[in-house]
Amino acid sequence: MSTTTTKDHPHLAADFNRDEPRVNWHDETLWWVRAKRDIAAHKLPEWELLRETASQIKFNVLSNLSTYLEQFEANATKNGIIVHWAADAAEHNQIVHSLLEQRGITKMVKSKSMLTEECHLNDYLKDHGIDVIDSDLGERIVQLANEPPSHIVLPCIHKKKEEIGDIFHEHLGSAKGESDPKILTETARQHLREVFLTRRAALTGVNFAVAETGEFVICTNEGNADMGAHLAEIHIASMGIEKLIPERKHLGVFLRLLTRSATGQPITTYSSHFSKPRDGSEIHIIIVDNGRSIQLGREEFRNSLKCIRCGACMNTCPVYRKSGGHSYHTAVAGPIGSILAPNLDMKKYADLPFASTLCGSCSNVCPVKIDIHDQLYKWRQVIVKEGYSPKAKTMAMKAMALTLASPALYRMGGKTGRLVFKYAPFAVNNKLNPWYNQREMPKAPDESFGEWYAKRKGAKNS
Amino acid sequence: MSREKILAAVKFNQPAALPLPDMEVLNTLTDVRTDLVSKYKTIATAGGSFVYEVNSFDEIKTIINNEFKPGVKIISALDELSDYIYAETVKHEDGHNFADVELTVLRTQLGVAENGALWLTEKDMGSRVLPFIAQHLAVVIGKDNFVPTMAQAYQVIGAADYGYGAFISGPSKTADIEQSLVIGAHGPRSLSVFILS
Ligand code: SF4
Repeated sequence: MSTTTTKDHPHLAADFNRDEPRVNWHDETLWWVRAKRDIAAHKLPEWELLRETASQIKFNVLSNLSTYLEQFEANATKNGIIVHWAADAAEHNQIVHSLLEQRGITKMVKSKSMLTEECHLNDYLKDHGIDVIDSDLGERIVQLANEPPSHIVLPCIHKKKEEIGDIFHEHLGSAKGESDPKILTETARQHLREVFLTRRAALTGVNFAVAETGEFVICTNEGNADMGAHLAEIHIASMGIEKLIPERKHLGVFLRLLTRSATGQPITTYSSHFSKPRDGSEIHIIIVDNGRSIQLGREEFRNSLKCIRCGACMNTCPVYRKSGGHSYHTAVAGPIGSILAPNLDMKKYADLPFASTLCGSCSNVCPVKIDIHDQLYKWRQVIVKEGYSPKAKTMAMKAMALTLASPALYRMGGKTGRLVFKYAPFAVNNKLNPWYNQREMPKAPDESFGEWYAKRKGAKNS
Repeated sequence: MSREKILAAVKFNQPAALPLPDMEVLNTLTDVRTDLVSKYKTIATAGGSFVYEVNSFDEIKTIINNEFKPGVKIISALDELSDYIYAETVKHEDGHNFADVELTVLRTQLGVAENGALWLTEKDMGSRVLPFIAQHLAVVIGKDNFVPTMAQAYQVIGAADYGYGAFISGPSKTADIEQSLVIGAHGPRSLSVFILS
């Protein structure tokens, strides 16, 4: 279901930008979500203290991660949960498959888990004859459309309701031309209810795993994780090693931040704490590394492991909003995805740290205070140094490095730049600069701030 | 073994130990002037819950009987509401048997004013699937059972031992189609909260 592609971010963004009204709609929808986040955050006078506390807890987690992992394993095991360890995506997928195979299970229901997207689990299981149905509505929609999610919290934010209506008409038998979200949701409810009632296995993600108690927490609005897990005989929960938190009381910090940051709700409808399997059923946890321990060793980038996957950095990002999640060609899109992906494959994802204006809006909204834009900047330096610089950027970067190094050239460059903008917009707005393919370049100011300031100063002094 | 490999890599790469922050300020940051019941009511209502302030179980019964047709399957975990199927007697049944439940009625001792959430453990639910599989959910809570924020909620929960527990803050919902809010995704289509004085 994942689309393999050799196109990089600027070209994929250019594809997305061909339909301008859609880009504007995408942009505005996400900005609206961001605005809801602001309203929710501003309602809490202790918001900044919460962010700081969450950040410190996560720093503590990263610095004691090996201890917390062992503590979690011991407590979960004591609770009757079976713990597995997977070094990489392949091992994770094999564990899931063997758990199903041992029980003769060929159909599984799955709730949202970006980790399984990262591992391409659905493809793997499909190749091994296992039918997987995603139960989060947004994920089900993109699954039926044969696409990956374009956003970690809002998987089908790029789709119009008319398109969803067409998909449901084709696959779920809704009336042709029906696009009312209420009716489409009801159609999915009926379809997925039957799925929940007939699946013997359910796979879920994990939002937080508590070392102190061995329990783990899953947050949903739809109730799909619970419907799957409570009706199945085996519940498999996949988690990255960074999902640990030290103590139960720390949930009080993260649950206050997560959904306010994500969608502006004060909390998800369901925050489910799984501690022991219910009578007659099993819970298996797969703890996955897949490059995380390497990232932990990269001093400059380890902070990215503090991420709680709220999606706020995507909603606020001007590049994400205007280029769409698929342009990042990786499971986790947006600013945080652009820090995580190069760790896994620096060459393949060399373009991503450049898909940013470094405006810093992401770092401002991040509930765990990750220095996202600084890390993007640092990745650019690493990537250039390692020789993986994306082609289009290399020339420009060389010129820029030279310009920034010399104040005289910088001033001159500004002047030249403005002249080029004004008199030869085609020179910038050309096909060598794919980001601008579908848009007019902004009008250049007649004079730079420096020129204006000098003039003004002169005028004042006279 | 991957376990050893992962733990060794983590141990090798993790930075020097950093302390946990002090949680005391967050725990005590409480606006004492706030009337928790009215705050809860405002927030839960905004989140799609129906909140009723009642004085007796008879009042709750009247509301349920007005809202639900006679003969529909209702499961109640409260001995005060015994006209319905008692959760205790069916809790060992296979969860699939509850597919036709119209209403589940549960009781909690803990509600959170800041976000409308109600804390329910497996013991309160009878069967874990009951608050999810029913078409509608109702929860009874005493008017003195509210705390201001999640910080105090976890102080109340403390080191409690439960197999499963959930904060439930409203009806099941989704906004996955063009961000338009639709109530009734996979779980209950409504949540009624009875605040008992
Ligand atoms: S990096 Fe921060 S803002 Fe972005 S998803 Fe992670 S926690 Fe949220």
